[in-house]
Amino acid sequence: MLTRFLFEKIDRAGWVFLVLLGIAAVLVPVLNLAVPPGSMFHVSNTAVGLWGKYMTYALLALAVDLVWGYCGILSLGHGAFFALGGYAMGMYLMRQIGPRGVYSHPVLPDFMVFLNWTQLPVTWWGFSSFTYAMLMVALVPGLLAFVFGWFAFRSRVTGVYLSIITQALTYALMLAFFRNDMGFGGNNGLTDFKDILGFNIQSQVTRAVLFSLSVLALMTGYLVARAIVTSKAGKILIAIRDAEARTRFLGYRVENFKLFVWTVSAIMAGIAGALYVPQVGIINPSEFSPANSIETIVWVAVGGRGTLVGAALGAGLVNFAKSWFTGAFPQGWLFALGGLFIFVTLFLPKGILGTFTDWWKRRGERRQPPAASPAGQPAE
Amino acid sequence: MLLARPAAAQDAGALVQRFATESFNDIVGAVNGLATSGSPRAAPVIEALRDGRLVYRQADRTVFIRRPDGSFLAAATGEPAADVGTTRPVRLNNNVRRAIDAAVGALSLLHPDPARRTSAAEAVFKSRDGTALAALETAIGQERDARIKTLMEEARAAILVANPQAAEADRIAAIGIIQRRGDQDALAMLGSLPADTPARVREAAESAAVGIRRTLAVWGAAQNVWYGLSLGSVLLLAAIGLAITFGVMGVINMAHGEMVMIGAYTTFVVQQTIRAIAPGLMDASLFIALPMAFLVAGAIGVAIERLIIRHLYGRALETLLATWGVSLVLQQAVRSWFGPTNREVTTPSWMSGSFEIGHLAITANRLAIIIFAAMVFAALLLFLKRTPFGLQTRAVTQNRRMAGAMGIRTNWVDAFTFGLGSGIAGLAGVALSQIDNVSPNLGQGYIIDSFMVVVFGGVGNLWGTLVGAMTLGIANKFLEPYAGAVLGKILLLVFIILFIQKRPRGLFALKGRAVE
Repeated sequence: MLTRFLFEKIDRAGWVFLVLLGIAAVLVPVLNLAVPPGSMFHVSNTAVGLWGKYMTYALLALAVDLVWGYCGILSLGHGAFFALGGYAMGMYLMRQIGPRGVYSHPVLPDFMVFLNWTQLPVTWWGFSSFTYAMLMVALVPGLLAFVFGWFAFRSRVTGVYLSIITQALTYALMLAFFRNDMGFGGNNGLTDFKDILGFNIQSQVTRAVLFSLSVLALMTGYLVARAIVTSKAGKILIAIRDAEARTRFLGYRVENFKLFVWTVSAIMAGIAGALYVPQVGIINPSEFSPANSIETIVWVAVGGRGTLVGAALGAGLVNFAKSWFTGAFPQGWLFALGGLFIFVTLFLPKGILGTFTDWWKRRGERRQPPAASPAGQPAE
Repeated sequence: MLLARPAAAQDAGALVQRFATESFNDIVGAVNGLATSGSPRAAPVIEALRDGRLVYRQADRTVFIRRPDGSFLAAATGEPAADVGTTRPVRLNNNVRRAIDAAVGALSLLHPDPARRTSAAEAVFKSRDGTALAALETAIGQERDARIKTLMEEARAAILVANPQAAEADRIAAIGIIQRRGDQDALAMLGSLPADTPARVREAAESAAVGIRRTLAVWGAAQNVWYGLSLGSVLLLAAIGLAITFGVMGVINMAHGEMVMIGAYTTFVVQQTIRAIAPGLMDASLFIALPMAFLVAGAIGVAIERLIIRHLYGRALETLLATWGVSLVLQQAVRSWFGPTNREVTTPSWMSGSFEIGHLAITANRLAIIIFAAMVFAALLLFLKRTPFGLQTRAVTQNRRMAGAMGIRTNWVDAFTFGLGSGIAGLAGVALSQIDNVSPNLGQGYIIDSFMVVVFGGVGNLWGTLVGAMTLGIANKFLEPYAGAVLGKILLLVFIILFIQKRPRGLFALKGRAVE
């Protein structure tokens, strides 16, 4: 079953992607930990952190591509699911600090002591347990997406309207999380993490492991997304994307398919957020900002909407460019990002990967002898 | 004036002369008489009497004021008097002193300056000092200004209500006057009656207090509605341009907020220029900034349409992405050009200050924005409904191909409609520069609200935008006291999210096949 899936459903780009990721998952930690810093093969600690961050962004982009590329739901609020997953992880990490905080309170995180709170709010109960926290990482975004999607898809909110209310959703959450009395650290968010599952979060080994875990999560995310889009349900999703009303008239419960893929995607985004937080060491309400969610859309658009691999690639490329730009021309980044948005929508509607595969296919066709092509076409 | 002066002086002479007596009762009478005479000599004479510096010459009963340096003034005229001779001081006792105190209050009540009279009446209302009653009644008799007269009557009523000696009927009548005043002070006064107040008066006071509370609640609601209208106008201004580009053209213009920002920066530049070359025109700066902002934002809008949007018609989600890119570029351009910090925009003098209607506090800048929003709305409505260009716009919106076949240059109409929407956003920027920080992030703050308004009101319908903006503005102001500003906003967002579920096409949805 699994082998059939692996060998029949995954295209060449997917294989290249998986193999490269697999190599990265092993090689990067080894080159970071085992190779001495002087060597040209050494991977710096900063690079491990940075690439780990890109991996979580790539997973987020994958989640967005799943709903946008394959189901036509342009979510301007996926950052909300990402941030919620991140907050769940952050809360676990916060509880792990224990009495080592500035105020040395055995239970309450520093910011609660600072606000003169005397007991842990209900929302924080259970977050000292890793299992519970991981459950929440998936459950909170999943549940929110389910409820939101339930209402939205059932009442057939589509297209632009859906995009705008997803934006409103993340905006409302941002306003809420900025409030101190929400109990999530307000403006400052959650930070000063010490350790995760007993391992020091600052240690290079932990960081390398987190990197590998992020790569594994990305690979798993890709396999799951690929499994979904190549299944029968996936075909229906594509049908919904291309002609929603027609699909409905064919007798499919469009809203159920949408709800399913939407919820799965939100959970993926939540997991990405959870992996992001220990690697960057902070989660704050600005993660909910609508601009972040829209930026995610660019990653997908740049890489290639509806290609999965392209989305991940786009996330990596854009963020690499961002790191480089903000270092070299801090003023230039928004120009570059804005320009990229305009350029991609005008000239590369299929993104980098989509354009490349199109070109590759056309090249292949041109090379084939003209007589062979009519016979070859129906077989495919 | 010239005619009146000698008469008053003569008057004062006769009045002042009454102080030349040994009888305390006569002196009290003289104090009261002078105090209520309205004579300009009253204040210095009574002050001199209070300080024991009022003297008179027995021989001809002339009254003088002895100045602290020992020289004398004629009390009746205030002119220096050289040869005074033997004088006796006007005598004081407790009765006289009481009369003086009351007279000082009464003098303010009769002061020629209306502001002084107003504050005197307010002071009596608050102190409920019974000794001022006589002076108050005189003042009421003389007062010409209806507003001050009302204040004085209220002060008199306040004294009566608190006075155990007054007749019950008078006190109840006085409570009626207090109730008519109907503000927090009146409420406080009715709540602090002396312990020995008869039951009937107390009941009347309580029912009056209930009435006042009800009135105040109504005024409070009116104030909320007013604030809501002013917030709604801000939303309307921010959203109305979007209602054209999004609602009429189907373009999701994420750079709309930046057009607003450009309008605000245009105001800044216009004011800088005026400050440099013609500082006297500062008060008119907004009127110069308005057309400038419209042109600048409109021109940028036309450029965006020609360069980008026109390639993306029919692909709403793509316009969203591309215009988001435009918005980032514009933001960064403004940041590079003007710097990331807030820019100072001057508020013209006619836009500051405030006045009251009943218990409503109305500030000039809010009023100006409400009027401006209404004007922009009306102008736009007229433009779209009554001009050939508006007709063409609507034709292209409803059926592009048929409009094209009828000879309308659809490209041209598209560009100018987009320019119009952007230009109106620029106008909004001029208004918003008066109430918000002019910074590169200005537009970002309004873009989500604007979309909410347009989506809530129903796309493609200017009236829907108006109703949407006002509803959201007023709802926000009513939620604020209970939920706080941020929570109120969150509740509204959640409400809109739920509302869209119920009516996916907004409050005033367009019907028919063209919608899809």
